[in-house]
Amino acid sequence: MNEFCVELRDVVKRFPTPEGSEVFAVDHVTMQIKNGEFFSMLGPSGCGKTTSLRMVAGFEWPTVGEVYIEGEAMGRRPPYLRPVNTVFQSYALFPHMSVAENVAYGLEMEKTPKYEIKRRVGEILEMVKLSGMERRKPRQLSGGQQQRVALARALVKHPKVLLLDEPLGALDLKLRKEMQLELKALQQEVGITFVYVTHDQEEALTMSDRIAVMDHGRVLQIGAPVEIYERPNSRFVADFIGETNFLSGEARAIEEDRVTVYIPSLKDELVGAKAAPVNVGDQVVVSMRPEKIRLASDRALPQNCFSGIVLNTAYIGSDTRVIVDLGGAPLAVWEQNKISTLDPEAYYAPGEQVWVVVLPENALVLQDV
Amino acid sequence: MLRKLREDRSFQGAVLISPTLLFMIGLLIIPLLLTLVISFGSRAPDGTVIYGFSFDNYVRLSGVRTECDNGKSLCLDPIYIQILSRSLSLAFNTTVLAILMAYPLAYFIARAPARKRNTFLFLILVPMWTNFIIRVYAWMMLLRTQGVINSVIGWLAGLVGLHFTPFEMLYTQGAVLVGMVYEFLPFMILPIYTSLEKIELSLYEASADLGARPFRTFLRMTLPLSIPGVVAGTILVFVPVMGTFIVSDLLGGRQIVLVGNLIQNQFLIARDPTFGSAASLMLMTLTLIVTYFYTRKFGFGEEIVTA
Amino acid sequence: MNPHRRSPLVIVSTVLVYFFLYAPVVVLFLFAFNSSKTNVLFEGFITQVGPTEIVSGNVIRSPCGAFHWFCELARNVEVRNAARNTLTIAFVSTITSTIIGTLAAIALQRYSFRLKTFSEVSLYIPIVIPEIVMGIGILVLFSQLFTLLNNTLSLSGDSQLTLGLGTVIVSHIAFSIPFVTLVVRARLHGFDKAIEEASMDLGANEIITFWRVTLPSIMPGVLSGALLAFTLSLDDFVITFFTTGPGASTLPIYVYGLLRRIVTPQVNALSAVWISIVLVVVFFTQRLQSRQM
Repeated sequence: MNEFCVELRDVVKRFPTPEGSEVFAVDHVTMQIKNGEFFSMLGPSGCGKTTSLRMVAGFEWPTVGEVYIEGEAMGRRPPYLRPVNTVFQSYALFPHMSVAENVAYGLEMEKTPKYEIKRRVGEILEMVKLSGMERRKPRQLSGGQQQRVALARALVKHPKVLLLDEPLGALDLKLRKEMQLELKALQQEVGITFVYVTHDQEEALTMSDRIAVMDHGRVLQIGAPVEIYERPNSRFVADFIGETNFLSGEARAIEEDRVTVYIPSLKDELVGAKAAPVNVGDQVVVSMRPEKIRLASDRALPQNCFSGIVLNTAYIGSDTRVIVDLGGAPLAVWEQNKISTLDPEAYYAPGEQVWVVVLPENALVLQDV
Repeated sequence: MLRKLREDRSFQGAVLISPTLLFMIGLLIIPLLLTLVISFGSRAPDGTVIYGFSFDNYVRLSGVRTECDNGKSLCLDPIYIQILSRSLSLAFNTTVLAILMAYPLAYFIARAPARKRNTFLFLILVPMWTNFIIRVYAWMMLLRTQGVINSVIGWLAGLVGLHFTPFEMLYTQGAVLVGMVYEFLPFMILPIYTSLEKIELSLYEASADLGARPFRTFLRMTLPLSIPGVVAGTILVFVPVMGTFIVSDLLGGRQIVLVGNLIQNQFLIARDPTFGSAASLMLMTLTLIVTYFYTRKFGFGEEIVTA
Repeated sequence: MNPHRRSPLVIVSTVLVYFFLYAPVVVLFLFAFNSSKTNVLFEGFITQVGPTEIVSGNVIRSPCGAFHWFCELARNVEVRNAARNTLTIAFVSTITSTIIGTLAAIALQRYSFRLKTFSEVSLYIPIVIPEIVMGIGILVLFSQLFTLLNNTLSLSGDSQLTLGLGTVIVSHIAFSIPFVTLVVRARLHGFDKAIEEASMDLGANEIITFWRVTLPSIMPGVLSGALLAFTLSLDDFVITFFTTGPGASTLPIYVYGLLRRIVTPQVNALSAVWISIVLVVVFFTQRLQSRQM
């Protein structure tokens, strides 16, 4: 058995534009998706994630490069000859067929015997909690139910890989959260490789074993959620995943994995962790997550400690979100409310002078691109 | 070949469209071009066509004559111009009358409760499913001097003891106008209805909420939003009226000659296909010009599709 | 505010327009039972059943009673021929133009290819030019073509090419295609292409996908297109008038001929039968359409 379930090798997809030129939807993408993995492609719309998925499914063919499924080159093989199935963003349920007919469709194409179809359709509908809905038409179902039918229809074929194109995009927030957990549980239950496309970073972090962050047709970083969040390799990834503060500056000295950066707006130096290849003299940015910055009432450390003024605070229960004016630019700091108290003195107030403290390992130095 | 059919989408499209193109080229484009070619020819004594290249037929249409009764070498015979202007004014009147009749009805249906709308629409279509000719015949029965309308009026007059001389209604301009409106009214109602039906009821509520009285709501909101429907309806009425010859033939008698009658006459009675072709092309050009400028001014809605 | 409220003016004019639409139809139906042969005034129903007896143009007694003119109609050989022609033309042209027009709609809505603009324009022409222009165009084509062929192949007598059922059918197909295409395209407009991809994803090839997914989901549009083509063909006078030949008379052509001569209540009976048949056809198509969805 091949180690990689799905592999994209240096894949390029160009589309002609109406003006007659060409646009790179996917630009030299290489990805290796392991067996049994929950793999997400994450990026803003137009980043090439859906096109990449569609090339795995066979709806599009690469202009250059090759898609491999189970080690086999797919070339221009049509979708119906590939061992993958898709859950569509719009669900794409056949409107003229009942739930059971929709789910049975793929099995009929395999010439599965009737009794076998009946049994498997029953099983899968039970699995997605749709028993009793067999004879309904898609338009008689709620959004969440339609979503489950789409899932059942794809899973019933026992594909090697299940491709999911923003399957939760049309659901409301609460239902989406529920379905995220259900999907993850389902994936562990059936043990099929899931390739999941989404623009919702929280969704990707919650569900995935590994994430590929994409932008402008290129893969910027592939890694486990914790790597992507804690060690983004570029300004885009740091910005797109979660929230962060950026300070621009110039790399002054590099010592192993520590970089000393001069920050013009602070007229001071800041020591950060080297998260991407940088050289002395480079223009860099320092990324600091709001929850990893501390506020103090006096100068706590000899370095990485800067004076600011509280602009604004928002109490949101678990945290207090503080905006600090740091060298003329706003800086977001999330202070966890670890002590239960009603004393207003315990919270920061606008106008207060504070010290912003950031540990070098929490200040990631990245190329400014 | 099979591979090409599977992978080349523009080839697939070409395959799907080809039977249509065959029919459109064979029975529309070529016939129109042939009409053009023939219109430059002249008529042989036996009624067949002598191909050539002369503008005689078009000169004749314009009414300029080189052989005149009074001995002059050039004079103007406005008969064809008269036919044309008669057709245009009839088409215009029919269209206006149809809008005036169709609009309130379309509005009524569009504002009716949703489940009743289909019934009302269906009721408009039922008379249309009799035949075109039969509808003209119905009006012959109604409009005749001893016909139904005169009989009913005479009977009513008799009840109150009045003497009644029947109206001469058949074989008049008015009869042709009524017949035309009757034939094409649904083509005005349906597109107007479609555009009115698209206006959400909440818009009426919003307008009222913002202080507009019903009549102002109508002028400022309903009317502008229904213009695409009126445009589509106008084209669907104006164009066929310009070319129809049966209504004028049966309800107008010999007196009311329209462009359609002229063309038909040249082909089947006068047996001059070359002059008939010229007249037909003139009719086509005229309607295309009118619809082109009209749609360019008001835009062309998809309402025409639903009619 | 009640959004369904309409002013009295609107209601009154609505009632008047419906009256305008229906009065002629009612008269048409009523006169189908007229005892008067000349059919100018309504002279009452035929009340007696028995051997036909006519007194000064009035039918007093008929084997069919009040339905005298319907029986006359059924016995009329010319009407039977015309009806057969009309239905043959309508069925053949409807089926052909529905298939061809549906393919064209799919091509225009979903594919890009050379000649696309040309195809779209040529499909618009028959809708925006008067029918008579297309009618005489086709007449000119066939008459010139047939003269040429008859002369060069020296055909004579029965083997000569003439206008007839064939030319009428071909012409009806040609003018129906644009309307079918228009209707089917409107349906395809809201069509989610993803359901075809889903079908192929689930293992169906292009052909199975077309039959099992594409066609069923656009079927209501195809049926409306077919119904439109059918009614257009049944109703058509102008194009038929110019493309028909001896022995290929349709009902509208036959009625037109009668109207210029003498009209008996048979024409009214024909109208009544006609509208009933069309209503039945419409009813069944609607049933079929609603079951589709």
